[in-house]
Amino acid sequence: MSALGVRLQGVRKSFGTKRVLDGVDIEVAPNSSLVILGGSGSGKSVTIKCILGLVQPDEGVIEIGGQDVTRMSRRDRLALMDRMGMLFQAGALFDSLPVWENVCFKLLAQKRITRAAARDRAAEVLAQVGLAASVGDLSPSELSGGMQKRVALARAVAARPDLIFFDEPTTGLDPIMGAVIDGLIVDCVQRLGATAISITHDMASARRIGERAAMIHHGRIVWTGAAAQLGDTGNAMVDQFARGEREGPIQMELRK
Amino acid sequence: MVGAALAGIGRPVLSACESVGRLALFAAEAVSNIIRPPFYARQFWRHFVEVAYFSLPVVALTALFTGMVLALQSYTGFARFNAQSAVASVVVLSVVRELGPVLAGLMVAGRIGAAMAAELGTMRVTDQIDALTTLSTDPMKYLVAPRILATTLALPLLVVVADILGVMGGYLIGTVKLGFVSAAYLDSTWDVLEAMDVISGLIKAAVFGFVIGLMGCWYGFHSKGGAQGVGLATTSAVVVASILILALDYVVTEAFFSP
Repeated sequence: MSALGVRLQGVRKSFGTKRVLDGVDIEVAPNSSLVILGGSGSGKSVTIKCILGLVQPDEGVIEIGGQDVTRMSRRDRLALMDRMGMLFQAGALFDSLPVWENVCFKLLAQKRITRAAARDRAAEVLAQVGLAASVGDLSPSELSGGMQKRVALARAVAARPDLIFFDEPTTGLDPIMGAVIDGLIVDCVQRLGATAISITHDMASARRIGERAAMIHHGRIVWTGAAAQLGDTGNAMVDQFARGEREGPIQMELRK
Repeated sequence: MVGAALAGIGRPVLSACESVGRLALFAAEAVSNIIRPPFYARQFWRHFVEVAYFSLPVVALTALFTGMVLALQSYTGFARFNAQSAVASVVVLSVVRELGPVLAGLMVAGRIGAAMAAELGTMRVTDQIDALTTLSTDPMKYLVAPRILATTLALPLLVVVADILGVMGGYLIGTVKLGFVSAAYLDSTWDVLEAMDVISGLIKAAVFGFVIGLMGCWYGFHSKGGAQGVGLATTSAVVVASILILALDYVVTEAFFSP
């Protein structure tokens, strides 16, 4: 399998009278890494949920690997999901299952692997994210926040996806653990040769994990460019956001 | 003025119709997932044991004491008409046709319906249900279908136990306290009981089991708004399932025993 490219064109989504996405256009080349930035409520998470099919857009085209997924049947979407992985902000680990079953959930659910082989595969993937095999026997509730993120990352990459999503991967972690998780994300994405789309408002994290960055504001993409440029893009809105400054166009809009 | 009043009536009626329609589609999708592969046997077994085995004490005790009370009450009531000999018949028919299925259903609705709504509601608000989808697993098939199948199959088994213990409760009070001869009490019980009495009770139990599973999953699956939303989903699942059990009890009784 090869990495999947993603293209969004004119994607709109409203919840009731509130328009959350107002014509989002994004293009992510195969085997590249994009970070989507934006403040709370700007539409970052809804954009990712639309790509994943968890939320149906009102208008627009979403292509994954050249196929318009908005027109796919649910069964075809689930089949395409085989090639994707997702790291949720709060981990979203299954409480009722031990860590090793969480990690190999997709492989077990699809009977692609025996339970004995799944244990071995879980130990292998846990090692890749810096966790001992013995962690596999614990329940998710017995893990610290950082360990839960590592397990969630292990689950996202265990089935060797071609397209991976990371939703606020460093939120709730201390700066050192955040840097560790970012390093693991970069390692995993490179090892798999996958395409990665992340959303974050942590600038340090964005520079570490993204090759390119896009800023979303009021449901529209207002800037795209190299992630290394963040803070010095020449776009007042992006630079204000990246530097975390109180004064600037974003605050001026809030005052209206 | 009149238009506003009509709109005030129409809006909730339309909203209620929409909710019923969505629930019917949810139920149809659940049934379709129960009969179509893949099947998650491990999930089904886990829920079946939870419903059938761990609900046994509460259902058994409820049935036993209800049978005892029924014998005592009917004896003192029938004594006014010199009809005490009908106690055994009344106990067995009441328990097998009505009280066994209804009380077991209400007990399981409180215990299992609430647990299902709370578990699925928590999964919803912590993104675990979305996570299932991203792991190529249909949440309706993995979460909903095994739960509904488990409650539908487990409740008739619980009702068999409830029927036996309810009749035993009446027998105990009848023979120990009310002076019935053991053999005569059992003869009266067997003589009056027909196969259709038991079958109708078991069909009621299956219907109630389906309703309990459906309501627990429906409210949990559509829970939102954090802890408060999960609490509301749990309460709604139990209340609505209990009301539906009582309403459907009448419908099934009418279908089997309409004069």
